[in-house]
This record gives sequence, C-alpha cells and structure tokens, in this order.
Amino acid sequence: MAKKTKERGKNRLERNDRLVRLALLVVAFSAVSVLLVITVFIVQQGTPIMFKYGLKSFLAGGNWYPSEKVFGLWPMIVGSLFVTAGALVIGIPFGLACAIVLTEFSSKKVRRVIKPVIELLAGIPSVVYGFMGVIILVPFIRQTFGGPGLSVLAASIVLGIMILPTIISISVDSLQAVPPSYREGSIALGATRWQTVKMVLFPAARSGIIASIILGMGRAVGETMATIMIAGNAAEIPRSLLAPVRTLTSNIALEMSYATGEHREALFATGVILFIIIMVLNTVANATSSRRRRQP
Amino acid sequence: MRFRFARIFLAIAVAFFPACRGGRSQTDLTLAGSTSIQPFADKWAEVFMEKHPGLGVNVQGGGSSTGIQACKSGACQIGMSSRELKGDEKDLFEIVVARDGLAIIVHPTNPVRGVKLAEVKQIFSGDLRSWKLLGGKDRAITVVTREEGSGTRGAFQELVMGKTRIFRGAITEDSNGTVREIIAQDPCAVGFISLGLVNEQVRSLDLDGAAANDENILNGRYKLVRPFLFVSLGEPAGLAKEFVDFVLSAEGQALVKKEGLLPIK
Repeated sequence: MAKKTKERGKNRLERNDRLVRLALLVVAFSAVSVLLVITVFIVQQGTPIMFKYGLKSFLAGGNWYPSEKVFGLWPMIVGSLFVTAGALVIGIPFGLACAIVLTEFSSKKVRRVIKPVIELLAGIPSVVYGFMGVIILVPFIRQTFGGPGLSVLAASIVLGIMILPTIISISVDSLQAVPPSYREGSIALGATRWQTVKMVLFPAARSGIIASIILGMGRAVGETMATIMIAGNAAEIPRSLLAPVRTLTSNIALEMSYATGEHREALFATGVILFIIIMVLNTVANATSSRRRRQP
Repeated sequence: MRFRFARIFLAIAVAFFPACRGGRSQTDLTLAGSTSIQPFADKWAEVFMEKHPGLGVNVQGGGSSTGIQACKSGACQIGMSSRELKGDEKDLFEIVVARDGLAIIVHPTNPVRGVKLAEVKQIFSGDLRSWKLLGGKDRAITVVTREEGSGTRGAFQELVMGKTRIFRGAITEDSNGTVREIIAQDPCAVGFISLGLVNEQVRSLDLDGAAANDENILNGRYKLVRPFLFVSLGEPAGLAKEFVDFVLSAEGQALVKKEGLLPIK
C-alpha cells in the first residue's frame, strides 16, 4: 500500500515535470516565432515593390518623392552610415578610455560606484536624449558653427553618448576577463601600466572590445526617436557635418503615419534594408565574441 | 502544482480580458482622417454628443489619405481630408466643412515682412537660398517642410509648388507643432503651418501684399487657403447626415471660428 502511494507520487511528479518542460518549450519558441513572423511579414510587404521599381533604382536612387512614386533610398542609406560613423568616432575613444580607467587605473571602490552609473545611462529613454539634444545641443551648434543646428554633427554627438554604456560595460567585462597572470607577467618584465594596457591587455581583450563596438554600432543604426528629433530629416546626402540628414529608421517613423499603398510598401522595404544591416552587424558581433570564448 | 499553473494562466487570461473589451464604449458614428481636422472634429463631436446623449461619435486621426481609404472601405462613415480629392478618390461625396489658411511663418526677429507667391515657390524648390535676396540679412535660408503624405504638405504642394518639387535638402518634420517649434528657435528658418496654429512664437509673412488673416482670406486677397473636407460613400444618411448638418449649422460653424479656422461662408 505504502509502495503504491509512493509510486503514484512519483508518476505525478514525472507528469508535472513533462508539463513544465512542455510549457517552457512553448514559451521559448513563442519568442523565436515572433521573430519569424516579423521577418516574414516585413519581407513579404517590402520586397515586391523593390523588384517592381528595380533594385538598383531603389537602393541607388537619390530622390525620395513617394507621392510621385519615386523611391530612392540612397540618401537614407548613406545618412545612416554617416550618423553611425559619427557616433562611433565620438563613442569609441570616450568609451574605451573610460573602460581602461575603470579596469586599470581606479580603485575597486570607484569602479563599484561608476560602473552601475554608466549602465544606468543605458536605461534613459531615447526621447529624453533627443529632447536634451533639441533644447541644448542644436541651438549651441547653430550659434557656434552656423547652419540649422539640426545636423549630422548633433545626431552623431547624441548617438555617441547613447552607445557609451554598451561600449564601456562590455569592454570592461572583457578587459577584466584577461587572466591576471598576463598583467603580472607584463609588470614583472618591467613594463609600465600603460604599456601593459597597450601591448598586453588590449590585444588579449581585442575580440570582446570589437564586439562591444559592433553592438554599439547596432544601437546607433537602430536608434529612431532621438535621430528624428535632432537630425533634421532632409532626404538628401549631407554635404557637410552641419547639414541635416535622414536615416533609414527616421524615414520609416517619420512617414508611416500617413503612408498608404506603395508609399507604405516602400517604408516596409526600408525596413528590409535596415533588417539586413542589423542582421549583418549582429552576426559579425556574435562571430567575434564566440572567438573570444574559444581563446583562453 | 498543476493548480498553481492553472491559476497563473487564469490570472493572465483575466488580466488581458478587459483589454479586449476596453475600447468598446458605444460608437455609432466614426470619423477618420486628417490630423489637421481632428482637433476640430473632436470639438464638433463633443458638442454633438452633448446635444444627443446616448450617442457615441468616435474621431480618429491617421491622415487624409488613410481617412479617405477608410471611408472607401467602409471602416468609417465619414472621412476627413485636408486636401482636395484626386484621381480615383473623386467618386466619393465631398462636403467642405471649413477652410484653413496656410501661413508661411518665420522667426519673429526676421526683418522680412512679406514675400511673393513665386518667391515662396523658389524658396521651397531650393532656388532661392539667402534672405538677402528678399531684403533680409545675408544668411542662408533654413527651409522646413512636412513629411511626404501629410495633408498640409499636400495642400502646400498643390497651392504653391504645382509640379515643382520641394527640394531634398529641406528639413522635414512630422507635425505642425514641431515645424513651429523649430522656426521659433531658428532666426533663419521658414516653414508653413495651419493659420489657426500660428502663435506669438512665430510670425506669418504677408503674401503678395496681403497679410495672413481671416479678413484677407474671406475677401480673396490671401491665396493660400485649403478646404477641410468631409467625404463619404454617397450622400451621407442617417446619423452621418445629422452630424454633417450640425457641423454646417450656424452653431457648428461658430465653433470653427472660435477654434481658429474659417467658416465656409
């Protein structure tokens, strides 16, 4: 009798176990399937129009006048690249400098305060960055350098600040992951701390640092709200740092509310291009960081 | 264990249930379309519902093109358009419910007081780049426009630009408010917004010698006027007709005037 009860209890446990496993599986796959649905939907909505007007005129055309059925995404593609490059020019030096100081040239106490604060930066909504940009940065640029203020420069600065937390926290992690024996060996050989950073730690942590930069780049490419507010959104390849610029993301968000028919499809096509760019960036980031894991 | 899971799922289901029913306050008449007309339609709907308790009038935005499409497909009884109908949209029944002036606005400190319509066209096509040529300072003109698809841009394109394109380098923003905000900040900027939305932050330019005001629009001297349209599949009937009649009545038109638009007569 006792044995039978025990047996039944075990059966129930097993059944519960299966149930939980099944439930978790369903939940886990629902996340994947959302990605699948989004991909299929965007591609299905966006690709027909690309082929209808010709891939070349769609990607390389310089004019964007959807009301006249003229869809050229080239200015937006170049715009996204410019703004992202600008963000990296600002984000990389500041981010890496900060990461080095935090790992090598500061006490544990300082690190314990500063690192969470930097990570907090990542939690500030992008609309707040955009608003600060419009209120402070844009008038400053207009008064100091001329031009409309809404510009490549403004967008680069704000995006550069926005990608700092990504670059800093991943770089700090990968610098800290370098085995202490490397550092000790270098110091023992008579190298200064800066020489140690430059010649030992940096090469050892290189793939992690590259991954941090690529992830930051992904954030800069995908950022929408802040760019709409401060970039000026002119659908033209900017002639200078002070000229307005439109990115792929802004193009979608700016026009989606009133877009119908082919205009709407062209915005989905913009999404396809953006999707491809982000996918490539993420794949590269994954590849470099998995190489890091394999290396000691 | 099993029951706990069941309870959690039930809790989630219950939590989502009200969300499914949340929007279902009673709706008897739906208007959709131009975001330029939406605030005024909201006012009309509000007063109309006060007079007819128990009736629900739902006003949605989405833009002129969306409203026209929604009206064609029957998703709403009345579509709102802040531009003229074009092409295959013309088979819809249209009623002008109000008119709106388009103001060309600049920073209050801008010394330029007035321009010609042809000059406005040159500014927005990118051919006229300096304020100096208009009697202002020797500074580049910052041109601010609306995004493709916007009813205000559509009306401006039709009334000013004709077949000429607004040049690519123009700063593009997605609402009247943002355009006004940028021009209020930038002493060299120029843009266009609804006359009713001009405030003390910006100044409207005279056009061909006529100041942008109601009087000049009514006597036809100020040319940049666009109609606000209600469109429907066939002549409106039933509740839609009642609503349109109210909007066109003296009371409805008085509301229009109070909110900064121009009545039809």
